[in-house]
Amino acid sequence: MSFPPRDLDWHPPTIDLAYKSTTYRGPKHKRLQLPPTASELSGPVFARDMIGPDDANLIENFAASGETAIGPRIIVHGQVRDEEGRPVPNALIEVWQANAGGRYRHSKEAYLAPLDPNFGGCGRCMTNAEGRYEFWTIQPGPYPWPNGPNDWRPAHIHVSVFGHSFAQRLITQLYFEGDPMIWLCPIVGTITSKAAVETLVAQLDMDRTVPFDARAYAFNITLRGPDQTFFEGAA
Amino acid sequence: MHIGCTPNVDGMAMYGGDLGAVMKTGPVQGHDIIVTGTVFDGQGEALKDAMVEIWQADAHGVYPGQTGADPHFTGLGRSAGDMGTGAFRFETVKPGSVGGQAPHITFWIVARGINLGLHTRMYFPEDDLGGDPVMAAVPEARRATLIAARTDSGYQFDIHLQGPQETVFLDI
Ligand SMILES: [Fe+2]
Repeated sequence: MSFPPRDLDWHPPTIDLAYKSTTYRGPKHKRLQLPPTASELSGPVFARDMIGPDDANLIENFAASGETAIGPRIIVHGQVRDEEGRPVPNALIEVWQANAGGRYRHSKEAYLAPLDPNFGGCGRCMTNAEGRYEFWTIQPGPYPWPNGPNDWRPAHIHVSVFGHSFAQRLITQLYFEGDPMIWLCPIVGTITSKAAVETLVAQLDMDRTVPFDARAYAFNITLRGPDQTFFEGAA
Repeated sequence: MHIGCTPNVDGMAMYGGDLGAVMKTGPVQGHDIIVTGTVFDGQGEALKDAMVEIWQADAHGVYPGQTGADPHFTGLGRSAGDMGTGAFRFETVKPGSVGGQAPHITFWIVARGINLGLHTRMYFPEDDLGGDPVMAAVPEARRATLIAARTDSGYQFDIHLQGPQETVFLDI
């Protein structure tokens, strides 16, 4: 097993002044491209029983008994694949997101939208033998952030993936089909290719929607290689 | 902030503890070390929102999950950094050498403003790095950015995102 070098033109540049945090945080040297060694080809192996029964249900995993989180109920599902389209089983996926009002549950959060006492905003799961995964959650709200005078993050879910190799380590963001805020966002705007942005947009999936319960969004993830899902920092 | 990766750090009790918070789940073979460090931006400011992950072999140079690996060593460390200073800290063991490489710890760094997670690696100042194939590929003037400094309790490995000491990052 090996990996070809990343296509650094598919990924955003390390510095894009419209996304101010990159100014002093983006390395100026080009990454040194080397074939991976045993150190990068190996990676943590996670036991399936590490995942608790409610870990992948964000609607309920922080809620008081008998209660649920507020917001549009959705299912997010998809397949994790490698660069040649092969499914990646036993990949660990961790997600986090704001609540339906665009508010995160963390101590440094300053947005005036209220917390939902029944929503923590964190979940995790592992892909099955076909590389497939599924979360139940509520659709997050957009939120403002300090960058330009009036910048808003489109509704998004942060997604972290461990494949089989540490070289495949990925953190990215999931957006929602049809959201006009995607195309106004300076973070999304660091990605120069529209096709690359579209790999981050989950598609409404009426076939997997559960009638009278939750709508579904499909989001496939490609690890490593020219076809990979773009990597992105958190905001 | 990567709240979903380290929810317990911010007071959300989940998963029975954060992934990567403990690298030693029982008695582990080898020499215990503490690795600390800070991620600095191009103005010399410490990042307070970086998440740093490490992956390494056990004391005998075997990766966890592979045959013969130390059963009580996970190899994976994850740190959200100190809430006040941003410094990361890992309680681990010194790795053995792997496949002709000098002992090293693989690092992966993400933060707001880092568009593509950054891979690098840390070597140890007491080791002979002459035969290491990755070090050999690094321009000589920048090799020192990959070598930790000795401290009383272990090693200090600071990461510089920009500037004259910019760390060598790898697409590996
Ligand atoms: Fe966010």
